[in-house]
Amino acid sequence: MRHLSGSVALMVLVAACASAGARTTTASTPQSGAAAAAAAGQDTAAGIGPQYPSTYQRHPNPPVLIRNATIMTAAGREIQGGSILFKDGRIVSVGTSVEAPSDAVVVDATGKWVTPGVIDTHSHIGVYAAPGTFAESDGNEATRPVTAEVWAEHSFWPQDPQIPLAIAGGVTTIQALPGSANLIGGRSAVLKLVPARSVQEMKFPGAHYGLKMACGENPKRVYGQRGGPSTRMGNMAGYREAFIGAQAYRRKWDKWNKDHQGDPPERNLRNESLAEVLRGNIYVQNHCYRADEMMEMLDLAHEFGFKIRSFHHAVEAYKIADVLAREGTASSIWSDWWGFKEEAMDGIYENGALLQQAGARVVIHSDDASGIQRLNQEAAKAMYHGRRAGIPITRDQAVRWFTANPAWVLGLDSLVGTLEPGKMADVVIWSADPLSVYARAIQVYNDGWLVYDRNDPAHQPKTDFSLGQP
Amino acid sequence: MIAFLLAQTIAITGGTVYPVSGPKIENATVLIRDGKIAAVGSNVAVPAGATRIDAAGKWVTPGLIDGAGQMGLREISAVQNTNESTLRGNEVAASFNVLEGINPASTLIAVNRIEGVTSTLAVPNGSLIWGQAVFIDLDGPTIEAMRVKSPAAMVADLSEGSKDAGGGSRAGVAQRLRRVLDDAREYASRRADYRRRQIQDLSASAADLEALQPVLRGELPLLVVANRRSDIQTALRIAKEFKLKLILAGAAEGWMIPGEIAAAGVPVLVEPMDNIPSFDALGIRYENAPLLAKGGVKVALMETATENTRDLRQQAGNAVASGMTWDQALRAVTLTPAEIFGVADRYGSLDAGKVANVVVWTGDPFDFATGVEHVFIRGRDIPLRSRQTELLERYRTLPPKY
Repeated sequence: MRHLSGSVALMVLVAACASAGARTTTASTPQSGAAAAAAAGQDTAAGIGPQYPSTYQRHPNPPVLIRNATIMTAAGREIQGGSILFKDGRIVSVGTSVEAPSDAVVVDATGKWVTPGVIDTHSHIGVYAAPGTFAESDGNEATRPVTAEVWAEHSFWPQDPQIPLAIAGGVTTIQALPGSANLIGGRSAVLKLVPARSVQEMKFPGAHYGLKMACGENPKRVYGQRGGPSTRMGNMAGYREAFIGAQAYRRKWDKWNKDHQGDPPERNLRNESLAEVLRGNIYVQNHCYRADEMMEMLDLAHEFGFKIRSFHHAVEAYKIADVLAREGTASSIWSDWWGFKEEAMDGIYENGALLQQAGARVVIHSDDASGIQRLNQEAAKAMYHGRRAGIPITRDQAVRWFTANPAWVLGLDSLVGTLEPGKMADVVIWSADPLSVYARAIQVYNDGWLVYDRNDPAHQPKTDFSLGQP
Repeated sequence: MIAFLLAQTIAITGGTVYPVSGPKIENATVLIRDGKIAAVGSNVAVPAGATRIDAAGKWVTPGLIDGAGQMGLREISAVQNTNESTLRGNEVAASFNVLEGINPASTLIAVNRIEGVTSTLAVPNGSLIWGQAVFIDLDGPTIEAMRVKSPAAMVADLSEGSKDAGGGSRAGVAQRLRRVLDDAREYASRRADYRRRQIQDLSASAADLEALQPVLRGELPLLVVANRRSDIQTALRIAKEFKLKLILAGAAEGWMIPGEIAAAGVPVLVEPMDNIPSFDALGIRYENAPLLAKGGVKVALMETATENTRDLRQQAGNAVASGMTWDQALRAVTLTPAEIFGVADRYGSLDAGKVANVVVWTGDPFDFATGVEHVFIRGRDIPLRSRQTELLERYRTLPPKY
């Protein structure tokens, strides 16, 4: 009833949010067993050392064997009558004949489906938390158009009641992004979606930050009457100015890091984030709807020598699918959102299928606390509409759209996103084919921890906020 | 030409027909003549010269009905110039009927009807009393051609959204609504005094008080947006006091009190995929629609995002996943909304004499795997084209075909 009751404006605002996040790995970050494999180990900006490190710890659990399931691995195989064993947070084996250790919890999943944990590249839960008052409106530092210095994790509220809802939708990892009011909105937070007292306990060890950037209508609307930018050309000048400043900053720090002559240069948080983009350690996550604007942003990236990891929303990505495939830039899209704003007018169901056909990387994202609970359904919609248009999308590809491909966008594809031995045990059991509207997640394991069980209230964690509420 | 079309007879043969008013019929025929359903059944003779549509292996249902949204009134939400649903500056906009704001050329109409939605409510927006909603078919070159029933409901808001109209308090909202209804009664009994200005100031204009008369007579339903349990109860209380025909919309916490709602005989419009808590409805949950239905409440489902009215199918599928029966869900997007808006004599089921709004599906209408093969609105076989299908064809191969 939110739309009927006139909060359409709110919906549009949220829809308009796209953020880019960057993950920074530090060698001294505590590693979970599984995450240790990643050990990406880039240092943070300019030798400053670990900042705000993850304190994530894997929850101790017995080994789990899920038997007799249809397992969609997101790695090419759909195994009938399959079993999957995980132990100490790692997938041990996947196949039709898997032996369970004597201490394993055995789950009979006859008639059920199993997929990797769902990953959302674009969420604002925690930063735009429910119940949605001004008190929780922490997603847009809309005070100036470039705020590369702000970090979404510093807004993130682990008691957001939307978190358990997303977990119940099978989500195990999110990128929480700043909103899209700003040209450069700040750093993202890449999080394990587990109950926690602090955001640090949720930070995905080994993850790189993202940097949220936004094209188009939102920045010019927000700043048009407040000193600009008020046009798309103003937007473009704003990005360029920011990165020109960061180039100089990076040179200074790179030099000092090499020779350590004299005092270190003065730190600047904004340029620290941008310099990390230039070094390739922070990934650009770019809210951008229109094809022509995405082409402009690719030019910008070429000018400054960075990569755009993913366009977000990208409702017109299908118009430049060939270019996006060539550039290696992913598209994080909805299946069918369109028309709520002018730059979203040309959204079509077949966006994902056309991108896939062109060899570009497709991600189904949510940008929405409701949609994040049904990313499997959105992928199904996009797959079946593609097929009806004669584009032969496979079931494995559709599952990758909400698992393996978003893992790549977050730079976590060596750790999560598929069901393969050695990967982190982020696993969902579905009541039915996850590409059916009737499927519900019935068990969700995050790093081997049973964080949700549809049939067991003892495994349906509530946030503090929800205690004692209706 | 028009006479020819009207005289057209279409036979949809061999499909599994879900009339909704009765059990499904295998290998059945739906005969359409002059825009109406002429016959439905497994032994229907197909007249010579009828256009035959082979529906073997397909499912045939009534067109879906969405009891929400601003179809035709809202082209692009964020572009104010394309929005016609709100009468600004009037918190009691009872005389505001949205009909003439509808744009029959809206691109949203084709985008949504080709996914099986054939009729919707077009709902105003506002603060306390939003105005009059109308029931339309998603086809026709003019407003008159689209209109099914106008007005179909008077819309009011008892949720947190209208608190400003009540001085910032829910109690103020309820009291203001009562005062308006009281004044509408007084106005009706003292029209002559009103014209001679021999009456104290009333709380709304004569036009608005006049527009409320059918509501007070119980002829025009009052559709009330209410989500919190206490707001639903306020709506039930006021409806009882004034003997109104009430429809609840939203009703997010209705699952807590299905007995009270059912006992009042009040139907409910629910959006099944809505479960994000706010202070207006901390108890919102997926299971609302199934729990209401189980409690004996008449439930219709809705999709409130106008541009994606087509996702009504997904709403219904999710209601089933949350515990509604499939039959209940199909009825909740066809016959039940038709009943709620007083058009069930013409809409909502596949029965002889009803308007021929019919959809041929490749399978279960709620499942994503299912496609739409034919959409008939008033018997017209709607071309399955929209602005979106044209974009697809233009960009199907790159570079595009300009």
